[in-house]
Order: sequence, then structure tokens, then C-alpha cells
Amino acid sequence: MSPPDGNSGDRLVGTRVSRPNVRRLIHGKGRYTDDISVPGMLHVAFVRSPYGHARIKGIDISAAKASDGVVRIFTGAEISEVFSPLVSVAGHRPGHKSAPQHVVAVDKVSFQGEAVAAVVADSRANAEDAADLVIVDWEELPVVMGIEEALSPEAPPIFPELGDNMCFQHTIDTGDAAKALAEAAIIVEHDFEFGRHSAVTLESRSVLADWDPVDGRLDVFQSHQSPYQMQDVYSRHLGIPEHKVRVTTPDVGGGFGLKINVHGDELAAAAISKILCRPVKFTADRIESFLADCQTRDHIATAKLGVAADGRITVMDFENAMSAGAYTAYIRFGLAEGMMAIMSAAAPYGLSDYHGRTRVAYVNKGIVGMFRGVGVPIGCAVTEVLIDKAAAAAKIDPVEFRRKNYHREDAYPLTSVGGYHAYHMSLERCLDACTEIMDYSALRTEQVAMREVGVYRGIGVATFVEAAAFGPIYYGPSGARVSTQDGCTVKLEPSGVVRCNTSVTDQGQGTLTGIAQIVADELGIGMDRIEVLAGDSATTPYGGGAWASRGMTIGGEAALRAGRALKESILDLAATILQTTADTLTLAGGEVRDIETGEARIDLAEIGRIGYYRQDTLPPGTQPELMVTRHFVPDAAYYVANGVHGAHVEVDIETGFVNILGWWVADDCGRVINPLLVDEQIRGGVIQGIGNALYEHTQYDAGGQMLNATLADYLLPMAGEMPDIRIAHVETPVPDTQLGANGIGESGTIGAITVLWCAINDALRPLGAEVTKQPFSPEHILDVLAQAQASTRG
Amino acid sequence: MTVMSEETAEISLTVNGVSVTRDVQVRRHLVDFLRLDLELTGTHLGCEHGVCGACTVRVDGVVVRGCLMLAVQADGCDVVTIEGLSRSGEVADLQDAFETRNAAQCGYCTPGMVITAAELLASGNVPERTEIRDHLSGNLCRCTGYQAIVDAVEQTARARADR
Repeated sequence: MSPPDGNSGDRLVGTRVSRPNVRRLIHGKGRYTDDISVPGMLHVAFVRSPYGHARIKGIDISAAKASDGVVRIFTGAEISEVFSPLVSVAGHRPGHKSAPQHVVAVDKVSFQGEAVAAVVADSRANAEDAADLVIVDWEELPVVMGIEEALSPEAPPIFPELGDNMCFQHTIDTGDAAKALAEAAIIVEHDFEFGRHSAVTLESRSVLADWDPVDGRLDVFQSHQSPYQMQDVYSRHLGIPEHKVRVTTPDVGGGFGLKINVHGDELAAAAISKILCRPVKFTADRIESFLADCQTRDHIATAKLGVAADGRITVMDFENAMSAGAYTAYIRFGLAEGMMAIMSAAAPYGLSDYHGRTRVAYVNKGIVGMFRGVGVPIGCAVTEVLIDKAAAAAKIDPVEFRRKNYHREDAYPLTSVGGYHAYHMSLERCLDACTEIMDYSALRTEQVAMREVGVYRGIGVATFVEAAAFGPIYYGPSGARVSTQDGCTVKLEPSGVVRCNTSVTDQGQGTLTGIAQIVADELGIGMDRIEVLAGDSATTPYGGGAWASRGMTIGGEAALRAGRALKESILDLAATILQTTADTLTLAGGEVRDIETGEARIDLAEIGRIGYYRQDTLPPGTQPELMVTRHFVPDAAYYVANGVHGAHVEVDIETGFVNILGWWVADDCGRVINPLLVDEQIRGGVIQGIGNALYEHTQYDAGGQMLNATLADYLLPMAGEMPDIRIAHVETPVPDTQLGANGIGESGTIGAITVLWCAINDALRPLGAEVTKQPFSPEHILDVLAQAQASTRG
Repeated sequence: MTVMSEETAEISLTVNGVSVTRDVQVRRHLVDFLRLDLELTGTHLGCEHGVCGACTVRVDGVVVRGCLMLAVQADGCDVVTIEGLSRSGEVADLQDAFETRNAAQCGYCTPGMVITAAELLASGNVPERTEIRDHLSGNLCRCTGYQAIVDAVEQTARARADR
């Protein structure tokens, strides 16, 4: 189907418009950071710690210095002279502490893969050769790897100056959970482990920094989600005035939250460029990505749910602990990973009493940063596993049990027991939509029949929430310089076509296409007459970039307002030219039309011609404004998107393998701007969630060594094992924007992780077994089956 | 191939229909040669381990992992990259289907995905979805749900069969 051209008066918003900017990627014309070379460019390779925790007693660079092509070798101390250390302490979280992190380690390393020296050479290969010749005199220190181990009073603190390994803890108490549990008719309990994993963007992190000492200017190309954030970081840490720092984010080969983090090695490349006055490129290879990329998850939890005799949930108790790695991630902290877990728990349900606690431990592992879902998959999975157990205990169908316990429609707007503020959640509508497209009752009937022949199929139906598009209240009080606004500039070119500049960045989600649709609708033009530019901190409006599923909600709203403002300007000018009033005119089909009759009055090319070249024909004092900028920052702390996933799986109880038979999603992301792109965002999120839950696991041994730092050893979902996914949309527009779009980026992953816990446990329930550890490896499934069998015998 | 020293050799090959002669480091793999020596940046590196498929190119008509082949091994060969394949128009229909079906997001895996899918389509059959999924299972896409890619390949196969 070809998209509407705007001439028929059709609107683009809500239609399946394909992405104009994807064509060149499909034709091999992408321009990713590592594709860019500039004259005089040098390459850096890092010497990285082979140990999880060690003191650097000395670094011998004599042999490395003599290696082919080497320009200079830097130790951490030299880099720290120009790049001040990163200190990531949240101003609004009392008790939070983190040691200063040098971008290249000074004196000691705290995780395997931490950079200890930087070798600069005329090629990456020569830099790597020389890096092998750098000899570091190490003194190994004891490592702390486990979460509980790190938090025990006997554990040696990784940073003695911090006193212990407790990064942060937070408790939420609503009502009286202990009392409510004592009064509950049914109590269910479950233990959870969510394994640590990695983002694995297919394009690894990459930066090209170019310091010009003559102009005092730093130009950076970086594979990143926020050029604005990085402009601020380079400016402050390198002491360069902000208007002399320009960060460009070219095509980015996958972000998923990884590339909103700040990584020391990337900053070191900029510091080295400033010292050497030469362009310097750093592109991580795959093993460096596994070792030094910010990682994610790594939680343990125990949780209980209490239900009254009438089948209503009354209380939840959720003890969560997680590891942050060796430092708190700069500049956004890793605290949201734990906070979001305990805040999002129980959010769909109308219980009255809740106790949630998260404790965050420092361990000698890679730093936990931002990744798709940030803690919410943990809160949702813990809740939904308990819901299924409670439904089974109460002998109520799990779908009906959810329906019975969702917030009542008249309860909105509400604050959940964990503190989630929701203006509305379309829980029942999504539940109905999902169970309908999956034909839930037929699957249940089939399940019974299959069990009789020894085939264990599981049906999961799970609710998820997603806090999306955070407003200024979220980071503002923390002191972190993170902007939650976005902006859009819309310009009418003299020929009547339109250019937009947005602060939203697009790593393939399609947000720039959505913005084009929104602006084109406001201006009554087709996709062929508009282009959207992004990813340049110097020339675009200031904003957040891409994170927390904000692109359409915030950036789309800014675009809508900018489009409307330009429309007003165009109509004002048209009214002047036509000697009428603007309120008699409108825009459609690329022209100014009479609002009543639809009669064409003047086209946009003529507006452009007169507005830019023939101002002499306008009345004196007329100043056409054919380029306008609007920003939007939400009043809300965030908007809660929600939905329901259905999964149908078969567990082979002989091998422990899980085969996915079917997958369904009912998603409410507010107004859907482009179903073609939204659906594949959901599907991509689901596949990532399936990977997280079934395969992906960043494993360290007890000595701090990563065990699976290659793509051959770290398992990822490939096309062969993945299901087709059917999607239904429920649309509840966000109330305080004109656009009404809500977040979509993370929901697929949150829902997928959650529903897989439910589906696999549903399959295993008749065998008395249940999974407790993610990823659900065949080994773990066979273990829990063996335990169940042993306890039946015992 | 002329061995120039322990470290370099002169190779001659055809890349996207153009004859090329270069001195290359014998340790340089084919993708580094394409990207660094010939500035053909459409071929990507994801793992340099032969696992992810981002480096997929065609050598003498066969789909290979460019990261597992040394440039010197391509001496005398006919190499086709996404740039050449795109210019020839051979898979224009498949590329159009990728676009309209939104079968690419960040685009980093896409050149390898297109070359791998083209191999399957070359048979002229209309493959089952499971067959398409199996064929693409050596190419990691971290963004899409794979479904759109499978759709694009299936749609192209059907359209070709109907032609």
C-alpha cells in the first residue's frame, strides 16, 4: 500500500508509512561512526584489566612504545590530568554513594575489562599490537561477586573509603504489609533470580573525537542516543565552553539504552584528542563490548502475595537486591534499575498494603547502566508470577483472577501501592483483546488434552506496565544534567518543501518518520515534501535524545506544536498576500485553501517565493516567519503505558528445552502514529525479552573472570527459534498532550520477560515444579523438575 | 598473488565488477580490506567471529563471512558487496520489500541479511516461513522481531514466482 500523499486530504498519522531514511541503510549507504574517517586520524586501543579487582603497581610501556605505528601511550594518571573523574551520586537519594571513576583506571581496577592504559597508533591493528606489549605489574585483590556476599558485613569493601559495598537502599511502605499478610487467607511466595546480561548492540560503541586547538573546538562523532548529554559531559570534563563542543550522532547501529550511558573509554578518546591535537577514533571490538559496555539486570528477590478469602489480593511484600557493578553508572545512576522494580510491582492491581525494598550492591563486575525496561521487567515478572500462583491456590482461572483484581475503572487517576501515578490503564480492554486474539479458551482445552499424552504446554497471560517519557521531576532534583524536554524546528523552504530539525534521535525505531508524519499533517503536505534531520548538538533544538520511550510522546508533541505554529505563520502570510484574514484559510494538498469551500488560493511554493524573495510586494513592516521552533516538556513525572502479553510454549521435560508456539500482544501506547513501525518496535522488544529470559546471561566466575565474552558463547535469539507475533492495539491517548502518543520502546521487552515466567511455570505446574532463575536454561528447567520429583518422593 | 614480505602481499581481484590490485597485510581480513582499503563501508563487523553475519559478502557467487576470510584468500576472486549488489539492481525487489515492510531498523545487519536472503531467493522457489527463518538463522538482527524480515523475503519470493 502506498502511503497517502497528502493531496487527498488523508492524514498520515495513524497510517503505515514506511521510513524514508531506511532506504539508504538497505542499500549499504548507512554512515555509522566507524565508517567516518578524517585526515590525520589516529586510533586508540585500550589495555584492559585481566582481573576483577587489582592494584596497579606499575606500567611498563617501553616495549610497546617501540612498536610499529605507535604515537603515544597514556596511563590513567595522564588522562586524569585533562579529564576529571566521574562522580555519580544522586543528590536526591540520601545514603547513595559511589567512588570516583577515572575514565582510564588510576592505581586500581575494579572490574575485568576496565581500561588501564590507552595506546594510540596510526591504525587500530598497530594499536592492538602495541597494547599486547604493555606490561602491567598487578597485585590481585580479593573480589566480591555475589549480591548477598557483597552486602554482608564481613565482605571487604571494594572501595574502603566508602565503608562497605552498599551503594543505595530504598524502602516503600504503603499501609501495613506485615499485618495484612498475617490476615490473608492465602499467601504465596516465590524466589527469583534475574541474571545479568548485556545489550549487545550489533554496532559496537564507537567515537571519533577531533580537537582543533586553533579554534578551541571539539567535534565528536559518536554512536550515541543523546548528542546533547555528551556535549555537556565533554564540555564540563574537558573544560571546553559548550558552544565549542559539537556532538554528531550519525547512523547508530542499535541503542536499547546502552548508548545513553557514559563510558569511560569513549571519554578517554576525546581526552587523548585534546592532548595530541589530532582526531582520535575508538571502536570497541566484541570482547571489549562484553567486558566494558554497561550491563544490566542482575537482581535477586523474594516476594509474597496475600489474598483474602473472596479472592481479592490485599498485600504484596517484595524484597529486591541487585548489583550495580563497581561504580554507579555516570550520569544517570543505576538506581532506577532497583527503584523501578519496586515501584512498578503490583501497579495493575488494587491492593492496599505493600512493602518493597531494594538494596543495591557494589560487586567486581561491569557497571550496570540503562537498558530497555530499566527494572520494570523485574517488578512486572515478580508480580505476575505471584498472581498466577495465587490464582492457582485460589482455584480461579488466572485470566479471571487478573480481571477480578485490576484497579476498578472508577479508581483512576490513581497511585499504585508502589507509587506509580497513572491517569488511566486500559487493563481489562487489553486483557480482553489479548485473550481474544490468542483464543485463550481453545489453548486451555488443548493444553489439557496434550498433558494426557505427556506433552507439557504452558499458557502465559501477563500484564505489564511501562513508565514512559519521564518529565523534569525525575532527574531534575538528582542534580544530573539530563534534559527531559524535546524540541522541533520546522522550516518552509522557498520551493514549498519542509525541513524539520528535532532533538529526538532515531536508532531505527522510526521516530523521525513519525515526526515527519505529524508535521506533514499539520501542514497538509505528503511525505515526499518533508525531511527530518536529527543528531547534531550544534544545530538542532536542545533536548533529551532517545531514552525511556519518549520519542513520540515528547518529541512528537514538540513537532506537532511546531507544525501548528508554522501553519499559523504560513496562513498569516497567505492572508496578507490574498488580502483576507487567516481564519478563512487552511492548509491541505500542499496549498492554502479556503477553509469553507476548499478552493485553492495559493500554493506553498508561491508562499515560499514571496516570503523569501519578494518581500518587496508585501505591505511595509510585514516580516514572514517561515521557520519556527517549539519545545515540549511534560508536566507529568511520566506516562504509564500498559498492555497484556500472551505466550504459548512447550517445555520438553526430557531435555529442558522451551519451544515457543505462539505469541500475542495487546498494547496500549496511546495514539498510534504509525502501526507499521509500532508493531515492529513491539516485536523487536519481544524478541529481545525472549532472549533475556531464555538465553542471555553475562556470566562471571567466582574469581571475577567473564566466562562468555564472545557471540559464540553468549546466546542470542536468532530467526529460527523466534515466533511470529500477533498484535492488537488499544488506544488511550495521553491526556495532557495534543498528540496523545504514549511510550512503546520498552513495552515489548517488559511484557515478554514477564509472560515467559508465567508460561513456563504454567507448563510445569502439574509436575509441581517452577522456574526461579532467568535465563531459563535447559539445565535450570531440568534442575527444578528433578527437585520437584525428589520432593514428591520424599 | 605476489608475496611482498612476511607481512604484505599483492593481490588482484574483482570487487563489484571492478578490477583491483593492492598490497595488503597478510593478516588483514576481507572486511577490513573492503572497509579500510577500498572504503566500501556497507559491509559491517559485528563480532569478527563468524557468528553474527553482519560481514556477509559474496565471493565467487558464494555467500561467505567476510570476517573469517583473509583478504589474501580473495586473490583472483570475484567479490560482491552490498554496494555492488544494490547497483546491479539484482535484488531491488527484495530491497523494496525490506523498505515497505519495515524489515530494517538500525540497518546494521541489513546488508548481510539482504545478501543472505538473496541466496535463498536465487533458487526461484517460494520457501516456507520456517525455511526462511532457518536460512537467516546465521544473521543476528538485534532490533526487529525478525518477522518483518521473513515477511519481506516471503513476499519477494511470491512476487517473483508470480512474474
